[in-house]
Amino acid sequence: MPAAGTPSPPALFRRWLLRRPGRPETAPIELRSRRIYVLPTASGLSFAVAMLAMLVASINYGLSLGYGLVFALAGAGLASIVHAWRNLAGLRIRPGRSEAVFAGETATLHFIIDNPRKARRPALRLKLRGAETTFELGPLQTLAIGVACAAEHRGRLQAGRTVIETRWPLGLIRAWSVFVADVGCVVHPAPEKNAPPPPENPAEQGDSTPSPQAGDDDFAGLRPHQRADSPRHIAWKVLARGGPLMTKQFAGQQGQELSLAWTDLPPGLDAERRLSRLSAWLLEAERSGRPWSLALPGTSVPRGSGRSHLLRCLDELAYHEEPGRADGT
Amino acid sequence: MIGGWLKQRAARRRPASAGSALDRRQGAWLLGAAALTMAPHASWLPPWISGLCAALLAWRGLLLWHGRQAPSPWLLLALTAAAAAGVRAEFGHFFGKDPGVALLALLLGLKLLEIRAARDARAAVMLCFFLQLAIFFEDQSFPVAALALSASLLGLAALVAQADPNGRSGEHLRVAGTLMAQGLPFMLILFVLFPRIDGPLWGLPADAFSARTGLSESMSPGSISALSQSGEIAFRASFAGEVPARRQRYWRGPVLTRFDGRTWQAEHAQEAAAPFHAADGKRIDYTLTLEAHGKRWLLALDFPGATGAALRHTSDFQLLAPRPVRSRVQHELSAHPAAVAGLAETAATLAAARRLPPGFNPRTQALAARLAADAESHEQILQRAVSHLRDAGLLYTLRPPLLGRDSVDEFLFGSRRGFCEHFASAFTVLMRAAGVPARVVTGYQGGEINPVDGNLVVRQLDAHAWSEVWLAGRGWVRVDPTYLAAPRRIDDGLAAALPAGEALPFTLRAQHDWLRNMRLRWEALSNAWNQRVLGYNPERQRALLSRLGLAPGDAWRLAGMLAAAIGVPFLCLLLWAGRRRRSTDPLDRAWQALSTKLAARGLARQPWEGPHDYTQRVASAIPELAAAVRAIGVDYASLRYGPHSDGARLAALRKKIDALRLP
Repeated sequence: MPAAGTPSPPALFRRWLLRRPGRPETAPIELRSRRIYVLPTASGLSFAVAMLAMLVASINYGLSLGYGLVFALAGAGLASIVHAWRNLAGLRIRPGRSEAVFAGETATLHFIIDNPRKARRPALRLKLRGAETTFELGPLQTLAIGVACAAEHRGRLQAGRTVIETRWPLGLIRAWSVFVADVGCVVHPAPEKNAPPPPENPAEQGDSTPSPQAGDDDFAGLRPHQRADSPRHIAWKVLARGGPLMTKQFAGQQGQELSLAWTDLPPGLDAERRLSRLSAWLLEAERSGRPWSLALPGTSVPRGSGRSHLLRCLDELAYHEEPGRADGT
Repeated sequence: MIGGWLKQRAARRRPASAGSALDRRQGAWLLGAAALTMAPHASWLPPWISGLCAALLAWRGLLLWHGRQAPSPWLLLALTAAAAAGVRAEFGHFFGKDPGVALLALLLGLKLLEIRAARDARAAVMLCFFLQLAIFFEDQSFPVAALALSASLLGLAALVAQADPNGRSGEHLRVAGTLMAQGLPFMLILFVLFPRIDGPLWGLPADAFSARTGLSESMSPGSISALSQSGEIAFRASFAGEVPARRQRYWRGPVLTRFDGRTWQAEHAQEAAAPFHAADGKRIDYTLTLEAHGKRWLLALDFPGATGAALRHTSDFQLLAPRPVRSRVQHELSAHPAAVAGLAETAATLAAARRLPPGFNPRTQALAARLAADAESHEQILQRAVSHLRDAGLLYTLRPPLLGRDSVDEFLFGSRRGFCEHFASAFTVLMRAAGVPARVVTGYQGGEINPVDGNLVVRQLDAHAWSEVWLAGRGWVRVDPTYLAAPRRIDDGLAAALPAGEALPFTLRAQHDWLRNMRLRWEALSNAWNQRVLGYNPERQRALLSRLGLAPGDAWRLAGMLAAAIGVPFLCLLLWAGRRRRSTDPLDRAWQALSTKLAARGLARQPWEGPHDYTQRVASAIPELAAAVRAIGVDYASLRYGPHSDGARLAALRKKIDALRLP
């Protein structure tokens, strides 16, 4: 679009047609009559062609009842336009709660859809980001509808332009409406597979070594053996069964704080792989129950533990210098 | 090649997920629609095709019942090819109505077996619609129309079931019925206003009107008695005044002059816009509603008067339509039973009416010579012939024996048993042999008055043949030789004249009075149907439109009227669909009004927010309104959850909400 001069009407029309509703609308989004569009489907077009052929046959053979049949069916088709439109009209849509996922997983984005009419709304479909869900609403029913879509990149996954459509009652007419609801979820960086174990901070390790016995009895799990591990913690039974050399971990090691820092990562790693590894480490830290702190360029999360701490840290990773985030699509 | 194509097709299909595979109820609707559509076709399709279609439907039903999906595409392809070959063998070609309908029926059966996706099911429903239309090629009666309409309803229900697989079956039918009912105004308007076009758009296949019964241009022994087995209606007449007596009701069809010893054929006659006879004397006005018979003659009552329409009169006093009658037509006609016709007949016509093939029927020739001997006039010969035939002991029967070469001799002197064509033929030959110009007239005689609506109904079995004799000074005079042998045929109709035990359509037999009564009622109903619905043709449409103030040919105004007439019910539908029920609770409405007002600031109430939370949120967002909004919240909560509801307090709350001004 040239900056100077007024755009031509076709260009304006195209811009209007392809306009991307940017900002999410205020909830509840009510599907008023004006924002519902109707057009025939492929089946609808072939129905029209069939009716035309039948009309020509009626004219040619002078079949009075043929006219009647064609017009009755065409009338039913016309009425179905209104029914399709009415099947969407008045629905109210609000954002639902959507769980965070890791990149590469499938996110389920939830919409709460409310049917204020005392009649069933069959065969509705939500479409967004190439995914779709078919559902129906009972009389006066409110349902949370989830649409499963692929979460490819870390960051905020926004539902963006969402289409709600129906082909009820005859499948000849498609009624649809487009809305942008504030529905989305956080996509955390995918944890690196087979990541090296989190680095043990030497200084703090020195602090905590004298008291490992405190929790020696609480067996917490196994991890691959490392040279520095105490021979007392080697899982001999596993070795005796022919397994690899493993180290037993004990709850007593809880006290050992991990400090996970961007700067500690090998300099050769690019940003995404760093985030990926940090993500794996955060999970590892949470699994082992040790408190940890996170330091990223420009931000840091102080020492803590537990699920909400984990989520906070993962969110920081997800939003770290977020690459061109693809919302509104 | 084909294998690859099939694989591609199979690959393109979506996997059988929910909604695409045919479930049992969807299948039931589809099979029901198909069965109801095919049922009427079974009576005119070749039996093997009906049988095959029924077998395909049953097969699909079994697959459905056992929850199995479509059989292999190879098998279906082979079946399709075999079916097409069968149709080709049966009809000799693929073009035209009959093979087309047969192919459609088979395709529907095969398509049902092939259904894998919703799209296939919709295609099958479209095929059903086509076949429902094809029913009307053969039969447009009221019950058949009702049948086709119910089949359409089932077809729509099948479409609804495809779109809404989770709905109950009753709901599928209810939605389909609602759609049909809401489509009805469109149907009525389009039926009345959609421009009707006369005649075919292109040349029709030769078999378009094959199944017509009726008279033909020639008559040989047995051709009319074949018609007498048919109770089918040939035409109806409603008289403005009194219905003429049965003995006067001779409806003139083809006039046959040329005789080759066995077959009578029509001579070429002149045509003109005005009658060739002086149409005077008593006049009878009537409306004739003629069933399609594919020929031009209109079967007017003798002798037809001048007409305003573009009808043609012939020199042998027939009335002809400008084109063959391919659909039911209606004409306002008049008759002059006492008119004298053919006073100044041309010599050529009279010569043709005296010609006999030489060397046939020697005994009849001899009889004619005896009758003509020393006769003073043709009248006298006629008198003698009539009295001879009356005393000849001839017997009227529907099952005359087969006759040989000298058919008239064999009838008059041998078998003496014959039907009207034998009588007319023999008498005409006799008169010609005696030198009197004579010819055979075919047509219908009599007819029956339906007491329910007072219309005269003339059936194929009323087909008749009589003679016409030309007498100087009197013109053509009708002589019905059948009357001489079987006066009751003319006075009381065919059923009375035949000896008991002769075959007649069941309902026409005299002893079934109640059956007869029912039939009469039924025929009055179908006459009304024919007149109002089927008889709605371009002429009637023009008449109606001009009554509505539309000049013929004013296409733009008609288009505008059509658009407006369709727009009105559509608008009504939209209004029906768009109506919103307001909440019935006034307190709810007031509370909703607050949220609507504050929504302008992005402060709409979230559904999970109670009055307290909500007003707290609003108060912190707009401190200027804090006090007022909190008060509203308290009032609402006490009205909603408190022990008493109070009209005055509700009004006060509403006033407070109204008075709220956003800063």
